[in-house]
Amino acid sequence: MSEAMPVLEVRGLRKSFGAVDALVGAELICPAGEVTALVGDNGAGKSTLIRCITGVYPPDGGAIAFKGAPIGFASPTEARALGIETVYQDLALVEDLTVWQNMYLNREVEHGIGPFRWLDRRRMIAETEAKLERLLVNMPPVRAKVRRLSGGQRQSIAIGRAASWGSALVIMDEPTAALGVRERGAVEALIGRLRGEGVAQLVISHDLEQVMRISDSVWVMRRGRTIARWRTREVDRTRIVAAIAGAEG
Amino acid sequence: MMPAGAAASRVPAGIEAVLRDPGFWGDNAAVIGLLVIGVAFSLLTPFFLTWGNISDLLVSASILVVLATAQQFAIVTAGIDLSIAANLPWAAVVFGLVYTGGFGIPAAIVAAIAAGMIVGVVNGLIIAKLRVNDFIATLGMLGVMNGVALIVSDGQSFSVSSPFLQALALGSIGPIRYFYLIAIVIALAAHFLFTRTAFGTHVLATGGNRDAARNMGIPVDRMRIAVYVINGALVGLAAILLVARTGGSDPSLQTSQLLSSIASVVLGGSSLFGGRAAVLGTVAGALVLTTLLNGFTLLQVSEFYQPMAVGIVVIAAAVLSRLQR
Ligand SMILES: Nc1ncnc2c1ncn2[C@@H]1O[C@H](COP(=O)(O)OP(=O)(O)O)[C@@H](O)[C@H]1O
Ligand SMILES: [Mg+2]
Repeated sequence: MSEAMPVLEVRGLRKSFGAVDALVGAELICPAGEVTALVGDNGAGKSTLIRCITGVYPPDGGAIAFKGAPIGFASPTEARALGIETVYQDLALVEDLTVWQNMYLNREVEHGIGPFRWLDRRRMIAETEAKLERLLVNMPPVRAKVRRLSGGQRQSIAIGRAASWGSALVIMDEPTAALGVRERGAVEALIGRLRGEGVAQLVISHDLEQVMRISDSVWVMRRGRTIARWRTREVDRTRIVAAIAGAEG
Repeated sequence: MMPAGAAASRVPAGIEAVLRDPGFWGDNAAVIGLLVIGVAFSLLTPFFLTWGNISDLLVSASILVVLATAQQFAIVTAGIDLSIAANLPWAAVVFGLVYTGGFGIPAAIVAAIAAGMIVGVVNGLIIAKLRVNDFIATLGMLGVMNGVALIVSDGQSFSVSSPFLQALALGSIGPIRYFYLIAIVIALAAHFLFTRTAFGTHVLATGGNRDAARNMGIPVDRMRIAVYVINGALVGLAAILLVARTGGSDPSLQTSQLLSSIASVVLGGSSLFGGRAAVLGTVAGALVLTTLLNGFTLLQVSEFYQPMAVGIVVIAAAVLSRLQR
């Protein structure tokens, strides 16, 4: 199987929560300019794997390499500094803040004189508009509080935020699970656009039709372990379903 | 073409739409309440709407405004500070002891604010590091600091008088008394912090969605400690104002100040679940409570009715706030 230079490489990753072994041997390779799909039943360990990669949880064992260099992410901030952005299942949006405040959360642009620093609101509002306009089909008002947006709009903001900051790797945990057909199409278009820009994307999805449509490779997890991997064009849905259920690998 | 009458009726129709929007009443409950109460008292007594009375009213609201702003910092992170009732007299006693010990006013000011901040640091550490619920942690500190204040003062209140305190309590710049100038500056600074700074945004995010804030790399534990430290410093400042106003340091619990500080924040439209800071609403809330007492005094309503009226207003505001956008 021919692969571009991997942006992310995970080997034998282990993670336990007390008596629960969430990861017992997770493997993953995400090459640049490709969409890597991660599939598996509920509780297979997909979310935990992502949280280890992004520094939310420290792994108990195994190795993570980013652009060839081994890393031990101590915090989400370090992962983000390297260019890894994540759209969590819960979207990590603050409902009582506006779209632009969420877009720039912990990345605020400030004016300042000496130790006195205050927000450059005008610039953040303008740049939020510019960034989201380039990526989104259906642009929500950037000054509105997220509380007032629809589920689809929120999803778009979360992905738009990750995409516009994440230069090397964007990770999405079920990006379209809560969306209608049209909004799902818009998100898939966004994923295609980012792929063209050379971004490595890791997408968790339960929608195997979608996996077949958008991904370059498929990785299957079961009970904390990676049990199968294919190039998407060399596999069909039935074999993926069988692997998820434990009939293969 | 539209008839002239239709065009003319469009502006009132717009206003009507605003007035019919329940969210408008919910968002502005405190300001609306303040206007209603103000108009009512103006009609009931000619003594209400005089500059002398309004100035007195603002002076007596000042301590509460500072305390309510302090409370706002705890509440915005979905916390609450019950220890205010003990931290306030504790910082006042420290101020009095340092000053009567002959260390001078600047040292006493620093000591009072430091005393308040220490309580804030302890509150923050218990809450963020030991993972004790805000209510329980500050309830515990309420008892601890009440005891400490009684011990260091030997249970006695003592008078503290100085030219500085007199000037602070009575002086003014033109018609503007120092007392409420300080309260206004504190409230505006807090408003600026929440709406115009990265720190304030991170505090709001921590209160609104702690997991999201953590995911975005905001150090949520440090934020939660920081709000209690600011809260403590403001309680220390309020203690200095209290000593200036009453002319003494009294170690006994300030329970009604505690309840009023929470009531002001609730009246102002901030959510007790955190994430929303309405500092100017909180100021309006504090003014509502103070205006009620002021008007009742002018009308010579028995003071036994006053807590009842305050309680009813708070509940009414809470009902209104359910209409919030
Ligand atoms: N924070 C946690 N504490 C305890 N157990 C957890 C935690 N997160 C995940 N788990 C457990 O780890 C296993 C894997 O969960 P998860 O990674 O969420 O799977 P998936 O995302 O594939 O559905 C499950 O058994 C889950 O209950
Ligand atoms: Mg999951």
